[in-house]
Amino acid sequence: MATSIREMSKKPEILTGGHRLCAGCGASIAVRQVLMGAPDGVHLVVANPTGCLEVSTTIYPYTSWNCSYIHCAFENAASTMSGVEAAFKSLQRQGKIKEDFRFVVFGGDGGTYDIGFQALSGALERGHRMVYVCYNNEAYMNTGIQRSGATVLGTWTTTSPYGENSFGKTQNRKDMTAIAAAHNIPYVAQASISHWRDLVRKAEKAFAVDGPSFINVLSPCHRGWRYPMEQTVEVAKLAVQTCIWPLYEVEDGKWHITVKVRDKKPVEEYLKTQGRFAHLLKEKKYAEALPLIQEYVDQEWEKLRFLSGEQE
Amino acid sequence: MSKNTLDITDIKNWDWRKHPRGAVIQEPGTAKQFKTGGWRSARPLWDKGKCTQCLLCFMFCPDSAIKTKDEKIASFDYDFCKGCGICAYECPRDAITMVDEAEARRRDEIKEGGA
Repeated sequence: MATSIREMSKKPEILTGGHRLCAGCGASIAVRQVLMGAPDGVHLVVANPTGCLEVSTTIYPYTSWNCSYIHCAFENAASTMSGVEAAFKSLQRQGKIKEDFRFVVFGGDGGTYDIGFQALSGALERGHRMVYVCYNNEAYMNTGIQRSGATVLGTWTTTSPYGENSFGKTQNRKDMTAIAAAHNIPYVAQASISHWRDLVRKAEKAFAVDGPSFINVLSPCHRGWRYPMEQTVEVAKLAVQTCIWPLYEVEDGKWHITVKVRDKKPVEEYLKTQGRFAHLLKEKKYAEALPLIQEYVDQEWEKLRFLSGEQE
Repeated sequence: MSKNTLDITDIKNWDWRKHPRGAVIQEPGTAKQFKTGGWRSARPLWDKGKCTQCLLCFMFCPDSAIKTKDEKIASFDYDFCKGCGICAYECPRDAITMVDEAEARRRDEIKEGGA
């Protein structure tokens, strides 16, 4: 496995420059790192459900993808890819295709947690050999920062504004990685762009398994999260250090924390870097959300430690 | 790549009949012809002397604009760099500094003998 950064620098660039993602976007960093984990000498087929990544990498007549690419609707990327994979298997059985292919879907959190959820669940259950990557920026950023199932409690978005009766989003996010793991598929992981070695290794494992795999990658969005664009990687790093985004994998049902956090930072360290949480720290009446976030983080972290056998 | 690809450099003057059916893009990686360097308001300048070739900037570049050769940083591709500054922020040796793009262009022009 090529986990040395020097080895990775020799790989062909599959996502070329010239795409129209914002300067400092986390999504393209996630894509580049995941594709660095792809095995050499195979053909890749990529699909995107609707999202920033789709609309900005494939503006006619330009495409940033140096591989096969299939354009699909918001809700059906997983089923589209299921069909592509099934067709490939059929052609392979008939001896009409000799080369090896891998199938990758890059969906945003809207296309994974919410709109594409049932298509994804079906594809995971049917066991198609595909790598489903969710680049998670915790809201619908493409349409202008609307809340999604991945948005953290207390977050300001245009559809969960703070005001007299609300401190922002009032619900906790759902744990999509655990939901994917509950399908009992061979490989599920949660990763972050800041921990590139960890992410590339997870991508390598995901490409290697004969069956469906799911990787949930935190990829910050500076337009929606409201922080200066050069801090994209820094913010992702803080999310890991405060355990609001723990890094782990579930391999054949075995849970394992891949980046061990010994001195867990208080979640405020993470919140204060971003404008979407600024109201919680600035105004007293919204401060009631802070213990709720910390409580949620602690509870999820303890649960994860229990599942990975690091706690009695 | 394949033989039946279209040359898209003149696409703005095409008649509708010339476009492929379903507006399918027939060649991979054509975005290379679309230069996003004009978006930049700050330019990363790389100090080769300070650089330890850790390649972190290459790993974190969202625009694939840091080119490597023989396991080392070869150049910064200003055709595609949008000037986000992640490379400068993440560099552990401060080998990359962000400078004002307009200023940098003016200096380039002087170096080239004036435009």
